[in-house]
Amino acid sequence: MVKRTADQWWRLLQSVPDPEIPVLNVVEMGIVREVIPDQSRVLIKITPTYMGCPAMDAISDDIQEKLREPAQQEGLSVDVELVYAPAWTTDWLTEGAQQKLEDYGIAPPGKTADKRTLQGEAPMVRCPRCKASNTEMVSLFGSTACKAHYRCNACSEPFDHFKCI
Amino acid sequence: MSPRFEYLLRLGDDALILGQQLGFWTGHGPVLEEDIALTNIGLDQIGQSRAWLSMAGKEEGQGRDEDRLAFHRDQHEFRNALLTERPNGHFGDTIARQFLFDAYAVPLHDALSRSRDPEIAAIAKKCAKESAYHLKHSRGWMVRLGDGTEESHGKIQQSLNGLLPYVGDLFVSDASSQTAQEEGWGVDLATLRPQWESNLESALTESGLERPKATPEQLGGRLGRHTEQLSFLLAEMQVLPRTHPEAKW
Ligand SMILES: [Zn+2]
Repeated sequence: MVKRTADQWWRLLQSVPDPEIPVLNVVEMGIVREVIPDQSRVLIKITPTYMGCPAMDAISDDIQEKLREPAQQEGLSVDVELVYAPAWTTDWLTEGAQQKLEDYGIAPPGKTADKRTLQGEAPMVRCPRCKASNTEMVSLFGSTACKAHYRCNACSEPFDHFKCI
Repeated sequence: MSPRFEYLLRLGDDALILGQQLGFWTGHGPVLEEDIALTNIGLDQIGQSRAWLSMAGKEEGQGRDEDRLAFHRDQHEFRNALLTERPNGHFGDTIARQFLFDAYAVPLHDALSRSRDPEIAAIAKKCAKESAYHLKHSRGWMVRLGDGTEESHGKIQQSLNGLLPYVGDLFVSDASSQTAQEEGWGVDLATLRPQWESNLESALTESGLERPKATPEQLGGRLGRHTEQLSFLLAEMQVLPRTHPEAKW
């Protein structure tokens, strides 16, 4: 049996959706940091978006579930390890992920290089529905820790904004 | 108890007790957005606590994990600052307590992110991003209430007056705190006071609130000497895992 390369494991991980934002997978979210296959196991290092992210256990289980069978074929076990360093940042969302988020109805985060965005003072958050820039923040804390709650003044729809961290 | 275990317990217990308190707001917030905000902040605190306590457990080397430390210690073994166990009271009380803590947490996490210990630095960097949002939220409300109606101003001033005597624990400098500084893996917590003061002063100026005359500081949390409020909180938090110690869910 030919052993899978790290790249091939990465590709398999792309079929594991984020439990809270199912339109993105865990690789697009930037949660998967390292994939290290060796003689006895494949080690997946993941990092939390937020310290209290309640989805981390679910993500770990989902990865186990998805990789268990392919790993068994090679006689490997699957180990998922939680790491904190370096700290997750919204800059790790892949380019495609930004667009997927907007299509899904979540205004994507700005880049952390803009310090104003990092302070939660996003200079401009575009409405994911009508694309108007005339929007206002309702609350810094939205439906999950990683999102803020916004309102569009053009189409009156409320929407989530993925906070920049 | 090693200085490092002691230090990590303080970090973990502050976050745990605050997180548990904020959790009580679930379904009780004055408006939906604030209900969600307070519980989200609570969740962040619990997450931070989990990281510090897990590290504390490893440091101690007795096989206690973060759950064991959270649910199977008694009141005198908790090291949280007295400020964090002040009652939730009304919304203004909770906001003032959170603000006084956030104004400390921001410089704390900033300093710890330069720790010589890579694991402490990593956790602190993560916490720093979150506490910046927390401070923005609680400070925003201090200004809004202080600069609001006569009633909101009066209430938040009273909350502040009642809580200020309890901040002293945050800045206690003792063997644990000094060892952290000397060995470079932590910061002497007393050194954070000037930054906390300047966070406080700027919010007071903007909100039109006044600093009450200095009253004697209430200390003891870092030594395990707590107020009655903590026993109620622990009873609620610990009853389930203590009734079913081996339960999994
Ligand atoms: Zn719109």
